[in-house]
Amino acid sequence: MIKIAVFLILFTSYAIYSTVIYSKGTESGIQLTGPQAEKVSQGKYLYEQYNCVACHQLYGLGGYLGPELTTAYSDPQRGEIYMKAFLQAGGPRMPNFHFKADEIDAIISYLKYVDSTAVTYKSMP
Amino acid sequence: MLTNSSQYVSDKTAKAFLLLSISYLFFGLLLGIIGGIQYILPPFLKEQLAFQKTRPLHVYLVISWIFTAAQAGLYYYLPRIANRPIYWLQGARIHFYLHALVSFFIVACFFLGYFGGREYLEFPPLLGAVILLSWVPFAINFFFTLKPDYKNAPVYIWSWSTGILFFFITLSESYLWLLDYFHTNIVRDVTVQWKALGSMVGSWNMLVYGTGMYVMEKMSGDNKANRSPLAFFFYFLGLTNLMFNWGHHTYIVPAAPWVKTVAYVISMTELLILGYIIMKWRKTMTQARKNYHNIPYRLLSYADIWIFLNLSLAIVISVPSWNYYTHGTHITVAHAMGTTIGINTMLLFASVFYIIQNENKPVFERSKPTIGWGILITNVSLLLFWSSLLGSGLLKISAKLNNEVFASIMQKSQPWFKLFAYSGIAIFVGLFLLIFTVYKTLAIYIQKKQSVEEELVTIHSLHKVSEERT
Repeated sequence: MIKIAVFLILFTSYAIYSTVIYSKGTESGIQLTGPQAEKVSQGKYLYEQYNCVACHQLYGLGGYLGPELTTAYSDPQRGEIYMKAFLQAGGPRMPNFHFKADEIDAIISYLKYVDSTAVTYKSMP
Repeated sequence: MLTNSSQYVSDKTAKAFLLLSISYLFFGLLLGIIGGIQYILPPFLKEQLAFQKTRPLHVYLVISWIFTAAQAGLYYYLPRIANRPIYWLQGARIHFYLHALVSFFIVACFFLGYFGGREYLEFPPLLGAVILLSWVPFAINFFFTLKPDYKNAPVYIWSWSTGILFFFITLSESYLWLLDYFHTNIVRDVTVQWKALGSMVGSWNMLVYGTGMYVMEKMSGDNKANRSPLAFFFYFLGLTNLMFNWGHHTYIVPAAPWVKTVAYVISMTELLILGYIIMKWRKTMTQARKNYHNIPYRLLSYADIWIFLNLSLAIVISVPSWNYYTHGTHITVAHAMGTTIGINTMLLFASVFYIIQNENKPVFERSKPTIGWGILITNVSLLLFWSSLLGSGLLKISAKLNNEVFASIMQKSQPWFKLFAYSGIAIFVGLFLLIFTVYKTLAIYIQKKQSVEEELVTIHSLHKVSEERT
């Protein structure tokens, strides 16, 4: 009986914790609206459609063959122009996906948005 | 009273799952080797089969090996534990065909470049729904065959039940991103994804550890250990970690600070498990030496060593100030590989060989030297593989501290990448010896069974003819 009670207590805590994570624990200060939101959404869709996660990470999620992209937009060594060059022609490890200009803009907008949310990342030593 | 053959009517399905699982492992390893080569030779198949495809193929196939081998074991063990035939045999078959079919579509999608683009679940989301559906007959068979009495059930039944329950929860949770509420907020999306995936790993660990505990009980004949308060203490500790430990992956995500505090505190409870392993280390080693001739026992002992190494690593990378540096490096991959190959694969092969030993002892006995070599090669190469990942991770940390660019880090990491590609090939060789033995043993078993069945048919028809004549 004790075992069942312990399980139920843990399971209830898990359910409550999950609900809090889905709401208060993950509120974002950045709200996108209008055409900007649409562009970011299109960029995210392309990021998923081309499975960029296989080689690149965003907040630790993804592969390691390519560089981490969470703060790539504001990184002085990389930035928008550098990323655009890779998206247009590929690189030594990255295939050329033959993106159209508006697709490249959308992906960059998405990465810009991700970068703007990365406050914890940037504040670390 | 049921005869053995009618009680164990699901064994054929269990063996089909077994063959499917080792096929996943074989092809998963092959794709892993291609991915490893792409690290040291970037142009290798870059346009035809880029890393964008090889990684999801490798990840999907090896995760499928883990789930499917655990399911194969359960289909074999359930009638033996419950002492009755499987509840829904047709359901087990439906599960098998659905499982194989969805795998075919997933692999085809990856080859053709159709992605869902989510970490670990990189296939189109619709196929995730089919995976979930395929687990329904499995869950029905598990709960209705066992009809578990949780008051008195051994810990492995709790472990399996938890694994199945949380697989449904976590797989569903990992598709919450389909809702705009999650998809349009990157902080929520990433946090929930880490949460779902972290707990999903916990769910398959529950299935695998349950299998390991069951096999150990059967071999030792000691059925008290899995009912002891200590066993349940560690089960609940594991469950707590399954539910709340995932947060150490999200230290860099700007979620609420208390999410990280909870994650850190829970992660540190793993020190209790580590302490216990160290405490019983001498006893474990003595037992391992004593039972070295026993293949499943040998595999369980290797898993013990890997639990120790990986748990130590997990604790180190869960400390926030160290996690900042280790995050995004191959140190995280070392942890994942040590767990999936060193722990899960060793435990699952212990279960696979336990089944084969039961089914075809003479062939199994003849294959023992090959299996022994396979286990040794796999573990030695895995140690090299694991060390190479740690090495490249440490190199990346030092390069990051020196503000070096990505291309330069990759260039400097080449010796480590070479070591991991070559030791990866050696792991393939070691595991291939085990895979080959399983194929061979099951093939001989099926052939023998077929010839016996054919003989029976011939005798039956001869009997019929002579009856007609008289």
